Amino acid sequence: METTSKPIQFDVSSIRRQFPLLAETMNGKPLVFLDSAASSQKPQVVLEKIDYYYRHLHANVHRGVYRLSQEATDAYEHGRKVARRFLNAAKEEEIIFVRGTTEAINLVADTYGRKYLNPGDEVIVSGLEHHSNIVPWQLACSHYAAKLRVIPVLDNGTLDLDAFRKLLNDRTKMVAVAHVSNTLGTINPIKEIITLAHDKDIPVMVDGAQAAPHATIDVQALDVDFYAFSGHKVYGPTGIGILYGKQKWLSELPPYQGGGEMIAQVTFDHTTFAELPHKFEAGTPNIAGAVGLGAALEFVMETGRETIASHEAGLLSYATEQLLAIPGLRIYGTAPDKASVISFLLNNVHPYDTGTILDQLGIAVRTGHHCTQPLMDRFGIPGTVRASFGVYNTTEDIDQLVAGVRKAASMLQ
Amino acid sequence: MSIDQIQDGIIADFAFFSDWMEKYEYIIELGKNLPVIDDRYKDEDHLIKGCQSRVWLHADLDGDLVRFTADSDAIITRGIIALLIQVLSNQTPEAIASADLYFIEKIGLKEHLSPTRANGLLSMVKQMKLYGLALATKVNE
Repeated sequence: METTSKPIQFDVSSIRRQFPLLAETMNGKPLVFLDSAASSQKPQVVLEKIDYYYRHLHANVHRGVYRLSQEATDAYEHGRKVARRFLNAAKEEEIIFVRGTTEAINLVADTYGRKYLNPGDEVIVSGLEHHSNIVPWQLACSHYAAKLRVIPVLDNGTLDLDAFRKLLNDRTKMVAVAHVSNTLGTINPIKEIITLAHDKDIPVMVDGAQAAPHATIDVQALDVDFYAFSGHKVYGPTGIGILYGKQKWLSELPPYQGGGEMIAQVTFDHTTFAELPHKFEAGTPNIAGAVGLGAALEFVMETGRETIASHEAGLLSYATEQLLAIPGLRIYGTAPDKASVISFLLNNVHPYDTGTILDQLGIAVRTGHHCTQPLMDRFGIPGTVRASFGVYNTTEDIDQLVAGVRKAASMLQ
Repeated sequence: MSIDQIQDGIIADFAFFSDWMEKYEYIIELGKNLPVIDDRYKDEDHLIKGCQSRVWLHADLDGDLVRFTADSDAIITRGIIALLIQVLSNQTPEAIASADLYFIEKIGLKEHLSPTRANGLLSMVKQMKLYGLALATKVNE
């Protein structure tokens, strides 16, 4: 649910002017930045908020009686308020600041594992997960002699939901899936997945790292148990992210890390823990990160998530059409419902070679396995070239990409 | 020819290229013409793991000189391999182990040998030098 003011008229050139880095050059050419799925660039307002925070507000949070510490705490907690609004969570207590999606998933896999996983239990992930939504569960499973089960991926890059239905059983203790595939762009039907799992009383954790920059997320409407995303992919700083968890789960789970901030009372015999959300925020947090993330989420909500999504959908369909016109180019991930990510290969050309030529032309794309090795194995390829689009990309960027890929094709084949 | 004479020759060749495209076209051509490595050396033991492009390297002693053969699944990596082989193959183990490969920077390919470039080339150079050291002992025995 969007609770911000009416979206401003979308004007991509005025958006671009808000991102100073986009004016840079690379290898002597104007930068064409098509790697936002790895990390997005930052708007001026985020940079200014972080700068202002360090210049005028900084002190440690939740501690001092003095005014400055209170102001720092207010700035930090403002980030939490904005994140609650961004996810439409019911309460601020359900919003935990973490380093990023990876830490959020590790937090849940570790604490949920300690409390609920027993030998013979099962955790379901999908075949298109990023390594960060595989390995933490694998670690938890191996620790408690539980089993990792995998939802297969169909040829078009969607999940095999029939197989998923069959995987759900009495031993299933958790379903962990991505909202959007970082490699293929597939938007997974997470509402349906959550409903199917909940029918059997199984909680669901959604890795929202790739969804947060593109989609409106309503954790209450989804009824999702845990939802995680990273600040740096949604125009915010690195090293900060959000874990949303339903209060009933977060209250049940044991603490993840011990330290300051997360305690109520410490004696050498016994420690009691702080209330939510502080129970999961041991140590001095990334205060400036929370301030920057708040500014980034406000930027996204003020620009309007539907506006952003429709701009990116336009770029995706234009890029798909233009790239497919190149002889020998194959796109991996042809789901009907896709975010603005395109993975492709040119005939037998290695993605590293294509990426190297594009780099010379000032075009930043990702090449490789994108931290999804099992998915690459599924398609029998070493990796792909991946172009991904954000709010600031233009059809001219895509024209540059297409011309660059044509150039690479002529040089490399 | 000594390692440095070969390097200077490559630097002189590259000086003719007026832009990056000509340079990369030449490297790609070298990559296409790199003599194939014997299939039996394209195994796990000879694999240098880069994150993205894979590199296989084999070294043999022929008299007092080391002969390298290598391959990669990426053509630009193969082209740079061809240059490294031009420079370091058919040299004595001692010369290989102590070689200063200044030509890489002079011809503007330094970034390909950067530790952050996930193509296996830096590890390949290290491995070539290690072969040099190991084979030096063998020659001196």
